[in-house]
Amino acid sequence: MIQKTNMKINVHHLTRVEGHGNINVTVRDGKLVDARWEVVETPRFFEAILRGKPHDLAPTLTSRICGICSIGHTLASLRAVERAMDVEVPKNAQLLRLLAKHGETIQSHVLHVFFLAAPDLLNVDSVIPLIQSHPAVVGVAVRLKGLGNDLCDLAAGRTTHPVSLVVGGLSKAPKKKELQAMRQRLQERLADVATAVEVFKGLALPDFVRETEFVALKGESSYPWIGGDLVSTDGVVKSEDDYLAMTNEYKEDFTTSKFTKLSRESFAAGALARFNNNYEFLCKEAKETAEMLGLAPVNHNPYMNNVAQLIEIQHVMVESVEIIDELLAADLDDVCAEYEVKAGQGVGAVEVPRGILYHDYTIDDQGSITKANCIIPTTQNNANIHHDLPELVTQQIELGKSDEEVTKLCEMLVRAYDPCISCSVH
Amino acid sequence: MKYLGIDPQKVRVGVFDFTGCEGCELQLANKEDSLLDFLSLLEVVNFREVSSDRGDDYDVALIEGNISRADEIDRLKDIRAKAKVLVAIGSCACFGGVNQQKNRFELDDVVKEVYGDHKVETDKVKRIADVVKVDLEIPGCPVSKEEVERIVVNVVLGAEIKIPKYPVCVECKQKVNTCVVDLGQICLGPVTRAGCDAVCPSGKVGCLGCRGPAEDANFESLKQILMDKGHSDSAIVERLRFYGAFNGTVG
Ligand code: SF4
Ligand code: SF4
Ligand code: SF4
Repeated sequence: MIQKTNMKINVHHLTRVEGHGNINVTVRDGKLVDARWEVVETPRFFEAILRGKPHDLAPTLTSRICGICSIGHTLASLRAVERAMDVEVPKNAQLLRLLAKHGETIQSHVLHVFFLAAPDLLNVDSVIPLIQSHPAVVGVAVRLKGLGNDLCDLAAGRTTHPVSLVVGGLSKAPKKKELQAMRQRLQERLADVATAVEVFKGLALPDFVRETEFVALKGESSYPWIGGDLVSTDGVVKSEDDYLAMTNEYKEDFTTSKFTKLSRESFAAGALARFNNNYEFLCKEAKETAEMLGLAPVNHNPYMNNVAQLIEIQHVMVESVEIIDELLAADLDDVCAEYEVKAGQGVGAVEVPRGILYHDYTIDDQGSITKANCIIPTTQNNANIHHDLPELVTQQIELGKSDEEVTKLCEMLVRAYDPCISCSVH
Repeated sequence: MKYLGIDPQKVRVGVFDFTGCEGCELQLANKEDSLLDFLSLLEVVNFREVSSDRGDDYDVALIEGNISRADEIDRLKDIRAKAKVLVAIGSCACFGGVNQQKNRFELDDVVKEVYGDHKVETDKVKRIADVVKVDLEIPGCPVSKEEVERIVVNVVLGAEIKIPKYPVCVECKQKVNTCVVDLGQICLGPVTRAGCDAVCPSGKVGCLGCRGPAEDANFESLKQILMDKGHSDSAIVERLRFYGAFNGTVG
């Protein structure tokens, strides 16, 4: 078959993603000339600003790296500070932090799956027309998003830019009465997840596979969220402190975000990467959902990240109920440890909605930060997106797809990673 | 009824982000209970973060983030030319926000620290009002979603727009919180404009002043009280400079 397709795709400031990025594809005489994912976001230089900052302001400052995963940034920042200064965080504070984290996972995944990705699958521009055409789905989305936000508010004082997560633990614990009410809501809302799963069963995600490596925290006895070893589907295992060897950042001139790699030219992080590495630790209900939606590890279809996110929403809701049960049986009067300021260096790795986030600080004996490094999940995914694009476009031109169809698939591909671009160019 | 030349029946709102974390924008999509009512009052024509529909005619432009690269200046001026009312939302847009902390360093130095020898274009952080005329400022990091909805709806309806001028302490005391200054913390509540429901002190954390100065704020007396409690001048100034909201009043 002789094909003479010419194609020029130029999506300037892709919509329904967080931040500013462009997709550029050129096909000449049926041959792919170039396919690029360019991040054009303006950098803010957080690592430079952190120099000289008192350590207790670092979490408040770095929370502002990202409006969506601000709790994740705060927790990674706290973990870096606390590991640098050997602060022991009380068990109940750790549970409350995990609860805040789960709230963020719910709100962020719901925002992505329903508000940003679903319009593509239902062929509309945004969630707004769905209010009329698919009221049941929008209802589920709005209720689950509200649940996630309220869980964050309850555990951390505020969803966007948390208030009560402080060095040593929490400045204030929620009341047991509020936890009890939240427990009940979590259980009730599981019915909404079931509705969402039914809807998703009827939707066809694009069929595209490119084998890649998936990197995540390594679960020991549970699905991992905060700290621990790092693992990849190519068999690499490293300690948290060895994160630089797991990410290998480098810079390309056409993008303001850095790229990363491990065993191959690129790797992926995020819900699908966690699922692929830690499937065994999912709760029974989430495993059943995975089976219903045809997702089994190791899956190499990037569009399946949407499905993995839905599965994680369910998993963290179930786990949140268990955490609340533990908290209800505990004494929540003292959830903050005293600590002594000292010099040191510490790394905090946290699984945020879009993948592993690393903060690494060096602190002097006055408690001021002298050196900081933050590696963002989307930074890790940018190279994988960049390498998916040529493969996707090549497959699609072979299938004889139109410019319009290919453009949409490219946009959906980038969206599937749920990129948080301003975050990646911090 | 017309207000600022806009017919409230078909007010078109555009949401635009510059350098920032997009947390303020997100608040607009966050208020589940009233979001649908809010959307029924106006037509959102340009909200890249949630929609691929890119309308180019809008009456009200909500601007998030600050300006830190030349291309942003052109984009902002273009929006200003099209919008009847331009509203700066969030501390980044109003004061430079956390991003203005970059201005304490040399540009070459910050680029080198983060990108090594790669060239990356960046300028000193500017507020929106440094570049174009701003009709309304809604501060906060993030903005309070209730406040933005209330103000935008009031712009639409032509009602009077009120942002509290009294300090956060007033709200904090209404909530019968324990004062965190008595717990040994620094709190900027006495000099910061209320309207956030004293969310930080209510979580037992000192206010960092993200909403900017209250009317008649007395910085010297606050400093004195905090220094009497044993806090250093540098620790207080560090906090006053956090969001850039008091730049000009403090060193
Ligand atoms: S003001 Fe705060 S929440 Fe809003 S964009 Fe700036 S950093 Fe984000
Ligand atoms: S905690 Fe802060 S805001 Fe509240 S009363 Fe004390 S100084 Fe004022
Ligand atoms: S308490 Fe202060 S720092 Fe916190 S939201 Fe209110 S004004 Fe901003």
